[in-house]
Amino acid sequence: MSHDHSLNPETMPHEPEKATLEGKNKFLGFWFFLGGETVLFACLFGTYLALRNSTAGGPTTNDLFGLELVFIMTILLLTSSLTSVYAMYHMKNNNFKKMQLWLGVTAVLGFAFLGCELYEFNHYIHEYEFTFRSSAFGSAFYTLVGFHGGHVTFGLLWLLALMIRNAKRGLNLYNAPKFYVFSLYWHFIDVVWVFIFTVVYLMGKVG
Amino acid sequence: MSIAATQKRGFGAVLWDYLTTVDHKKIAHLYLFGGGFFFILGGLEAMIIRIQLVRPENDFVSAGLYNEILTMHGTTMIFLAAMPLLLGLMNAVMPLQIGARDVAFPFLNSLGFWLFLFGGLILNCSWLLGGAPDAGWTSYAPLSTTSPGHGVDFYVLGLQISGAGTLIGGINFLVTIINMRAPGMTYMRMPLFSWTTFITSVLILFAFPALTIGLFLLMFDRLFGSAFFNVALGGNTIIWEHLFWIFGHPEVYILILPAFGLFSDIFSTFAKKRLFGYTAMVFATILIAFLGFMVWAHHMFTVGLGPVANSIFAIATMAIAVPTGIKIFNWLATLWGGSITINSAMLWALGFIPTFTLGGMTGVMVASVVADYQYHDTYFVVAHFHYVIVGGTVFGILAGLHYWWPKMFGRILNEKLGKIAFWIFFTGFHLTFFIQHFLGLMGMPRRYWVFLKDQGLDTGNLISTIGAFLMAIGVIIFFYNVVYTAVKGEKVPDDPWDGRTLEWATSSPPAHYNFKQTPLVRGLDPLWVEKTEGKGKMTPAEPLGDIHMPNGSILPFIMSFGLFIAGFGFIYQVNYTWAYIPLFVGMGILLGCMLIRSLKDDHGYHITKEELEREAD
Amino acid sequence: MAENTNSNEVNPYQKHKNKLEMQKQLITFALMILFTIIAFVIVATGMMQKMFVIPVLLILAVIQVAFQFYYFMHMKEKGHDMPSLMMYAGIMAALLIIAGLVVITWW
Repeated sequence: MSHDHSLNPETMPHEPEKATLEGKNKFLGFWFFLGGETVLFACLFGTYLALRNSTAGGPTTNDLFGLELVFIMTILLLTSSLTSVYAMYHMKNNNFKKMQLWLGVTAVLGFAFLGCELYEFNHYIHEYEFTFRSSAFGSAFYTLVGFHGGHVTFGLLWLLALMIRNAKRGLNLYNAPKFYVFSLYWHFIDVVWVFIFTVVYLMGKVG
Repeated sequence: MSIAATQKRGFGAVLWDYLTTVDHKKIAHLYLFGGGFFFILGGLEAMIIRIQLVRPENDFVSAGLYNEILTMHGTTMIFLAAMPLLLGLMNAVMPLQIGARDVAFPFLNSLGFWLFLFGGLILNCSWLLGGAPDAGWTSYAPLSTTSPGHGVDFYVLGLQISGAGTLIGGINFLVTIINMRAPGMTYMRMPLFSWTTFITSVLILFAFPALTIGLFLLMFDRLFGSAFFNVALGGNTIIWEHLFWIFGHPEVYILILPAFGLFSDIFSTFAKKRLFGYTAMVFATILIAFLGFMVWAHHMFTVGLGPVANSIFAIATMAIAVPTGIKIFNWLATLWGGSITINSAMLWALGFIPTFTLGGMTGVMVASVVADYQYHDTYFVVAHFHYVIVGGTVFGILAGLHYWWPKMFGRILNEKLGKIAFWIFFTGFHLTFFIQHFLGLMGMPRRYWVFLKDQGLDTGNLISTIGAFLMAIGVIIFFYNVVYTAVKGEKVPDDPWDGRTLEWATSSPPAHYNFKQTPLVRGLDPLWVEKTEGKGKMTPAEPLGDIHMPNGSILPFIMSFGLFIAGFGFIYQVNYTWAYIPLFVGMGILLGCMLIRSLKDDHGYHITKEELEREAD
Repeated sequence: MAENTNSNEVNPYQKHKNKLEMQKQLITFALMILFTIIAFVIVATGMMQKMFVIPVLLILAVIQVAFQFYYFMHMKEKGHDMPSLMMYAGIMAALLIIAGLVVITWW
């Protein structure tokens, strides 16, 4: 039995990510996983909101946060969301090269975001001596934002593995669901970030 | 893998087969063995508790050891015995009931099992490494954050790992039920056990992340010096209680709903009637799950959340009695006028109704806030939750095992031994726990290692301990029955109970592809529909063709083992720098296996039409 | 699709449809950026009273996230019944949890 599902115009289904049972399962299972992730992040947000004023005499949200860097990070991540939409657009048009290109752009933006986040944490630790251990607020802040950052890191490793593994063989019905599911994950990371910049940074600035 | 391989295989081959299996029926066996092992462990702990409390001021175990045993009894029974045994039954039966050849994610299914097993092993390694967790199964902060030694760290890591396994299992079942039902198997034709598996999986999906985060916070506090529950640095211990019970209350329904489902199937089979009020049963299940999410704070009435919050949660809690009552009445109505067969499976099911109803009644009692200030942390609560968890879940597991044993292992459990075990266990259970209601009302607090004499508690505790020994005898007879059946049990036909649902249309035990041809489902209780129309077997929905099956894999075992090693690294990096080695090695193994899984294509294999035809019908 | 023989492309109708879809995505993206800028400007300039700012910020975030789900993640399209059901269930559980941790966390 041959497993060469390589796609050409004749065999290209409308939704390659859901053309096989495995693809359908993966699609649904991943959405459910994201449903669980929603609850996971809700617990972190709830903890953060309960502890955000417990500074134990250390710096407060208003002292710490600057809006410029957060704005740059937000634009980086929002744009990377759009570029992964472009990648999926080219997947549906069976244009593997362009898909890889846009996924590459997504990865670059993701790394830039991660770099900003590391710079930010480093800044807080050295300029303000605001650490994971210094107060309940510190623990909650680094845990919430760090969990998001961890998700970004994992996503980037995943994306690189996918891109390198499939670079030579192009798109087929076996890997199309993998790319699609990755794009869902990436959008979800963006969703979480929208709430982080709103609830943590902007609301932290307002007081 | 040849399907004609029935000759004797060496022990090594069988072991390798089980280590690498992705077949849901074999994973079910693993869950049953693993869960059974931890059930014995938890049972021994329970016996030590009861021996310690047999007389006033006993000194059978020390206070510290008592705390450890009590914590481990609760944790083991809930996470490592009841849930895996239920997951085992789900794995064994649910895909058959919906007419699927396999589950949606066979690889993840196996990963879920191994994570559970290694999580349980980590937890129990604590006994050998300086003491088990001793902060109660709820591990309330600050008791848990200040508990000396590494006991609570083992609790955190063990539950984190096995919890991840359960979450994976839940997603797998959800997708299986949604995507892989046989033609004609609409949602409203699914057997109740499949329905409750579905709803339970939804609960797992949304409840376990709360536990994950709670455990992370506790882990960060204990192992990495954060301050979530450290009041001196602004922390708040109530956050742990919220997170724990946001998980913990749905967990109660995760334990009981599958039992509800399998009782429904058993009642309709042995009453030879269609389940009374099928639709109502389905919606009652959904309603219980829905309400189950918004009642967690009834575990926290005495925390001081204020009268408004307490009242809201009290009313929501009492509301759950309504759908549960619907279920009780529907079971009674199913039995009413039925042609009833009483065998061991049915005995457990019949014993469940009054027992669980009692537990439900005390549940409404403790749901009343004002009264709960009296009941809280007394033996009344202990009696209540043992009535629902033993009377519901454990009775359910035993009923399910008796009912599906022929399907899972091809042999029938000995009826006589089954009935003796039931009557001894049933008597022992009520002897143990009924009296505890009154001990609680007389003011005996839970979790204390001794009580004083001449306070009216002596006789009650003695009776309770005698009952516990009867329960132990009942369990021993059951395990003897299992061994006896494995050695001498009679082989059974495919459909020994004159069943109604699809699992009885397969051979006993089923072939690894379950159905040679996917069956066509024409109504509720599909096999019964065919029987009443004189055919007696399912009509195939497809011509005989190649069957696509997944490949086995050792990766899930290695991944879980990696996490197991990393767990020790996490725990001991506090004391020793070298512990970073197992930490990074373990995580490296985990991530490496994930990478291999991602990079290496795994298309599965096909059983060809010719092979299927060659096989005897 | 059989008549489409010598190009590396899917059929023209589908391609056109994908293109229209992409245009909507671009509009969505522009709106998201706009909302983000509005949110940051409100906070940076301090132009609103605190009582109003927080609800406005949250509404802007919710709209952005809805765009993200319905357009970028295609939840508006058919075949997404179960994903949306579970997502809504997850969001409901999430709201309960946040409410619990914010409102009834006793000190």
